[in-house]
Amino acid sequence: MTVFLVRRMIQSVIILWVMSLLVFTGVYAIGNPVDMLIDPQSSQEVRETAIRNLGLDRPLWVQYIVFLKGAVRGNLGNSFIYNMPALKLITQRLPATLELATSAMMIAIFVGLPLGIVAGLKSKSAIGRGIMTCSILGFSLPNFWVGLMFVMIFSITLGWLPTSGRGETVEIFGIGISFLTIDGLKHLILPALTLSLFPLALIIRLTKAGVEETWLSEFVKFARSKGLTMNRIILVHILKNILIPVVTVTGIQFGMLLAFAVVTETVFAWPGMGKLIIDSINYLDRPVIVAYLLVTVIIFIIINLIVDTLYSVLDPRVGIGE
Amino acid sequence: MKKRTNLAILIFMIVGIVVLGNGYAYAKNLTIGCRAEPTIDPHFLYLDTNIAFAAHIYGHLVSNDPNAKRIPSLAVSWKPLNDTTWEFKLRKGVKFHDGTDFTAEDVKFSIQRIPNVPKNPNPYTGHTSAITQIDIIDPHTIQFKTAKPHPLLPADMTAIAIVSKKAAEGATTADFTLGKAAIGTGPYKYVKYVHGDRLVLKRNEEYWGKKPDWETVTFKIIGNDAARVAALLGNSVDLIDFVPPTQVNSLEKNENINVFKRPSDRIIFLIPKFDMDESSYLTTTDGKSLKKNPLSDLRVRKAISMAIDRKTIKEKVMSGLSIPASQMVPEGWFGYNPNILKEKYNVAAAKKLLSEAGYSNGFGMTIHGPNNRYVNDAKICQAVAQMLSKIGIRMKVDTMPKSIFFSKVSPPKGEYAFFMMGWGHGGHGESTGWFKMGIHTYDKEKGFGALNQAMYSNPELDELTELAVTTVDDVKREQLLRQAMATAMKDIAVIPLHAQMTISAARKGIVYIPNAQERTIAMNAKLVK
Repeated sequence: MTVFLVRRMIQSVIILWVMSLLVFTGVYAIGNPVDMLIDPQSSQEVRETAIRNLGLDRPLWVQYIVFLKGAVRGNLGNSFIYNMPALKLITQRLPATLELATSAMMIAIFVGLPLGIVAGLKSKSAIGRGIMTCSILGFSLPNFWVGLMFVMIFSITLGWLPTSGRGETVEIFGIGISFLTIDGLKHLILPALTLSLFPLALIIRLTKAGVEETWLSEFVKFARSKGLTMNRIILVHILKNILIPVVTVTGIQFGMLLAFAVVTETVFAWPGMGKLIIDSINYLDRPVIVAYLLVTVIIFIIINLIVDTLYSVLDPRVGIGE
Repeated sequence: MKKRTNLAILIFMIVGIVVLGNGYAYAKNLTIGCRAEPTIDPHFLYLDTNIAFAAHIYGHLVSNDPNAKRIPSLAVSWKPLNDTTWEFKLRKGVKFHDGTDFTAEDVKFSIQRIPNVPKNPNPYTGHTSAITQIDIIDPHTIQFKTAKPHPLLPADMTAIAIVSKKAAEGATTADFTLGKAAIGTGPYKYVKYVHGDRLVLKRNEEYWGKKPDWETVTFKIIGNDAARVAALLGNSVDLIDFVPPTQVNSLEKNENINVFKRPSDRIIFLIPKFDMDESSYLTTTDGKSLKKNPLSDLRVRKAISMAIDRKTIKEKVMSGLSIPASQMVPEGWFGYNPNILKEKYNVAAAKKLLSEAGYSNGFGMTIHGPNNRYVNDAKICQAVAQMLSKIGIRMKVDTMPKSIFFSKVSPPKGEYAFFMMGWGHGGHGESTGWFKMGIHTYDKEKGFGALNQAMYSNPELDELTELAVTTVDDVKREQLLRQAMATAMKDIAVIPLHAQMTISAARKGIVYIPNAQERTIAMNAKLVK
């Protein structure tokens, strides 16, 4: 276990370093925010002072070393646009995204698993086919279109739910959480639903395939011949055996939702990290872009770690020692 | 205290439910769906949208009315004492939100704070650097000295928000964002700012001027165009700014919505680059590089200008929402020259001019432009390319996000040969700024021509410009500006296309006066009584 963790740590640090180098050079190659933002009444001198104040006049490698020095001490630099630490900016936005992604994942799991099992057991019936057809829609419809359709139907035509933004928040341990207020829930439903469609479809398909496969296996036949109840066969024997791929995909998907909820957040003006990263890319706010991607890498590393640990819980044959 | 907060939340929730249930916002509150995010520190990040936010909380010495005309605000009057000294009389009896008096000290402090905001990628110093000395005569009289005559000083003051010296001394941008230093004299007080989500303001009951209709104003930040329109249609907001032109028609048909529009001061134009020899963006028709830059020939530039059908761009690309332009300020602006003829669309004459210039077989050219900065920017580039291909220029179109585009065209080393730009005259309301920074020869010593992306250089125009920017007398200056415009347009230094429109939309029951500078001002929204 310790060897495994240490090895993971070393790998992670290398990934973080490579990532920071790539992003840093990439954004540097594009240009600097001063060119884009500058007040047209600024003389050459004002412009040069602005560039110098941000340290952007120095050679790339000097800028990178300055960044590395800060990064080692946990300081990823100041946002150019917000004039505050990039990391603080991201952690400020993280709860909103976390809330959205978790809600979406919950919907995906708690709706997807049962539907997948039903579709797997009754794959020939109308219900099974109906579920599978719907899951194709979940894959193929683009997020922004679905989001806008939801807004048109539920907000504009029916007037049930607000169109965009995050609702009233309640502070818990200093973190703003919105799903505890009615207003907050109302704002959360549509974006969470939109975001859940893709992982939902994925989970349905995986579960269905798994159920179909396991249904024919020896141990299920044996369990049935032993006269076990249907519920026990499904919930204990089948479910446990199909969970490994589902957990893997759920983990990866959760990471994806956290890191790349960009489109949904844009359509619903959800004040999360995705909206921040889009704005930052538009303004070449390099410290925020770099910090964001590093945080994303860390999220993926942690999720992978959890998934790997879960494997060994689900399947005792899988060891994580080596 | 804790209990009270809970109670407040409960009440807020109930109110919220009632409001949502009714489908209409509470009449005393205005919720604006806005495209841009605010910077609460009014001296950080010079942007028109930030100047607009600052007008709510802080106020300026001089304001602009919706037509961009200068009107007294925190200053009641101003006049030049001599060519290099301006005197401003300040309004008496004005109080900051914290109850302290507004005096000349605050003005001096605000101007001096501007160059000292650290790590500012876009400072307001362009609007203060002309001032070399600030003298406080008495608490309500202040004099500014400039090294050279500077007629634009009152115009500059429209961008300089006045903060409270007491509250803002030593304050960082973060202190403003948290509201600690966000103390102004404006019609609204800072209540709360949730990053990336909303800014909440409350009416300043002690405001010196006319009290606005709304007790509270909430700016909800909705950057996406479609989402902003949806928010208005779904009654989540009362008013939205930057309505996409394609939506105007359907919104106008909706009886619950009113659309408000007016020409803005932003001119969209094309820039031919003058100092460009042997570029991959200027080639022969079969792609070989050209020895000589065809754009340096006036006949070629004239042909290009004549080959562009501005009316078609207006009708087909802009959904009728633009004002075709043939000079760099819109009609009615200070410095607009009524004697400049509107460019006539004439393909045959354009072709003739091209062959006279020796390009009877045309040449190859790439048009570059941003695709997320101006209204329909990429589509305009495509339309222009199609029109120019009719006179035999083999066009390529390359549009890109503004973050890449602006770095690539930044003078003195722009890469592109022919590209699209926009110029907003901002707080100035006159063409002086464009002549000084946009088209005067790039000259670092003088601090002129810093945004001359064309790298255009015309000694005659330079002389007129230098004279105009130091002529304090308005009548004389306008004459010079008109003459300069005629000179620049005769030589086709740039190719103006049109002025954009400012378009806002509100739910029925609200009347809004849109602002020529594309600024969103809650005070300009009124309840229909």
